[in-house]
Amino acid sequence: MLLTFTSKGIYCRQADVYIDPWKPVKKALITHGHADHSRWGHKHYLSTKAAAPVIYQRLGDINLEVVDFGEVTQINDVKFSFHPAGHIVGSAQIRVEYKGEVWVVSGDYKLENDGISEPFEPVKCNTFITESTFGLPIYKWAPQKEVFADVNAWWQQNKEAGKVTILTGYALGKAQRIIEHLDEGIGTIYTHGAVENVNEVIRNQGVALKPTVRVTQDIDPKEFKGNIVVGYPFSHWEPLGKEIQAILSWHCFWLDGTEGSSQT
Amino acid sequence: MKHFSTLFTQLDQTTKTLVKVQALVDFFTEADDEDKIWAIAILSHRRPKRTVKTKELREWAAELANLPNWLFEESYHVVGDLAETIALSLPVAENLEEKSLSYWISSLRELKDKSDEERKEAVVNAWMSMGTTERYIFNKIITGGFRMGVSQKLMTRALAKHTGIEESMLAHRLMGNWSPDSTDYENLILSKDPGEDKSRPYPFYLAYALEDGPEGLGKPEEWIVERKWDGIRGQIIVRGGEIYVWSRGEELVTDKYPEYEPLKEKLPDGTVLDGEILPFKDGSPLPFNLLQTRIGRKNLSKNILQKAPVVFKSYDVLEWKGEDIREKPFKERREILERLVVNTEADALHISEVVHFEKWQQLDKEREDSRQYASEGLMVKRADSTYQSGRKKGDWWKWKVEPLTVDAVMIYAMRGHGRRANLYTDYTFAVWDGEQLVPFTKAYSGLTDKEINEVDRYVKRNTIDRFGPVRSVTPELVFEIAFEGINKSTRHKSGIALRFPRIKRWRKDKPKEEANTLEDLHQLLEVYE
Repeated sequence: MLLTFTSKGIYCRQADVYIDPWKPVKKALITHGHADHSRWGHKHYLSTKAAAPVIYQRLGDINLEVVDFGEVTQINDVKFSFHPAGHIVGSAQIRVEYKGEVWVVSGDYKLENDGISEPFEPVKCNTFITESTFGLPIYKWAPQKEVFADVNAWWQQNKEAGKVTILTGYALGKAQRIIEHLDEGIGTIYTHGAVENVNEVIRNQGVALKPTVRVTQDIDPKEFKGNIVVGYPFSHWEPLGKEIQAILSWHCFWLDGTEGSSQT
Repeated sequence: MKHFSTLFTQLDQTTKTLVKVQALVDFFTEADDEDKIWAIAILSHRRPKRTVKTKELREWAAELANLPNWLFEESYHVVGDLAETIALSLPVAENLEEKSLSYWISSLRELKDKSDEERKEAVVNAWMSMGTTERYIFNKIITGGFRMGVSQKLMTRALAKHTGIEESMLAHRLMGNWSPDSTDYENLILSKDPGEDKSRPYPFYLAYALEDGPEGLGKPEEWIVERKWDGIRGQIIVRGGEIYVWSRGEELVTDKYPEYEPLKEKLPDGTVLDGEILPFKDGSPLPFNLLQTRIGRKNLSKNILQKAPVVFKSYDVLEWKGEDIREKPFKERREILERLVVNTEADALHISEVVHFEKWQQLDKEREDSRQYASEGLMVKRADSTYQSGRKKGDWWKWKVEPLTVDAVMIYAMRGHGRRANLYTDYTFAVWDGEQLVPFTKAYSGLTDKEINEVDRYVKRNTIDRFGPVRSVTPELVFEIAFEGINKSTRHKSGIALRFPRIKRWRKDKPKEEANTLEDLHQLLEVYE
């Protein structure tokens, strides 16, 4: 077996490395920057260039080596390479080849192009290890286009009712995907600090995001009316003001899986 | 089913009472009478007789969705509700057809004597003509347990708004033994005198909990106090030479209590009594769980009747000589009742005695002594109160005795249902028996959403073993469990059974070693049983 599951994570004995390990190890190959894949405490990290800024932002001063998508790194005769997974910016599937046998670890992935992440590329392999967060047949997502048409219509409707629209999604990944598909013609896109911090990192690495405005205490709560605020599910909403907290509509939703989703 | 599914979606999306009532009013305005009566039936927990088994639904759905059983069952564990799992798993319908709620219900009822093949075909065809919400509703109609987030009270309020008929009158009309087979919207809601149905009970008047003691209620002489009995709330109706016994859950339970049969002759015709179905022997009430042993039985054996005989502890009279006297002051009703009970001379008919007092402080002691009388506390009723319908604040109060409590360790957790299907919300608790933890009760509720999330995370990270939806966890978390009573039980390993167990609070300050012991529980048993 080229890869095995151990108490520390997915392990390649031949190369003595782990993929997305959950306990501290000597060498870790990281598919992407989400906290359940990229953990603190490894001696040495390897990821894609595009995933690195976010990993640094979250883990601080770590020993991280980066590679391009498709670039091969050889360790003890095992060839490792990273391939777009379409999940968030820089996210990768990891291809592992030894003596002609190929395994792929999917990491989190999404088949539909979200307009921000490098689109998913299928990789030929003998064995595919797949994440299946939304693998059960009960998850059937409407196409992204429909979901965001609904979201924008809902925003428009709230605007007409004089309400502030609030959408929540994880600060890294979901939030940027939401922003990418919002219709700026309706109003201004405000962001919660946790989301804006990630936006800054992503803009710095050259990804164009729509213009957003960080929510701060200095903004008069009246200004939010008719506009949208993108936050993450545990955001504090005090800066929006008491009055607005009382009238906000709650609309928390998932965007993930292989096709794009909405759950209201 | 468009109107009904819109209603369902609207009710599901809000927690605001006003919005819910408006959604119901809109539904009543738009739907036809047949759909209305069925919606009312469903919302008051009446459902058509089951013609399809859940086992069949599972099989047909898995087959149609082309899923192996294990995958279907995995999905069910995550969703937590069979009707919803099926609705989500099935392939998308290609030809949507709009049929009314009553159409689908009658088509289900027609399946009664059909062959397996025909029933399967009908259900599969129905599924394949519906969207996800309609499928969910359709499945729920089959499986039962349809909760739409509105109480009967709220539905009655909306119906009152829609029809202009007074709420308490409607509540009365909606009581009792009707089904859309035996009546229709016109008859049940709009025209009929509810008295025409001899078996029809009155809506029960329910008390509010008194949190801070009775001192704030005013003058003691304006109030009448009784004990709060730990039985089943019931109504005995004697009309037209027949007797009908109703439980508060609106179930006709006449056959379950043959002890009351003689009252048919002894009580004057046109009498309706409100009281407690109470297990009672040798001059004192028995523990509630003895009553439970006979509730579920189809045949009441001699043995059961001897072990757990019941009396009717009456505390109100609602109809007297064929006249509805709910508007008379409680004091007058009570006088009628007292005379009635004395004159009836029936072994099974008791009166709930008045607890005499002059100053409120005297009641403190009476309340503390409640368990000695096998009662749950005191009932405090305004002497001039009318008999209202439903839970209304102001005139009737229940002042319960402080619950008993023990500190226990959580050892198993199970996923919740519906909205909480992804969270571990139902827990099993254990106490120490030497070095071992012995499970003794399940309990849920009582935690905040934040605490539930925290416990959920603990469960997911500290799972030892899984048994379907249940996980055993590393024993660590200690909770204070409150309960109203404690009884011997042969069905539980611990040898005890609790009455109304619930989580009082999370004892984060207590290490598991300091939880209570089985011996502590057995001592409580000796004192209180």
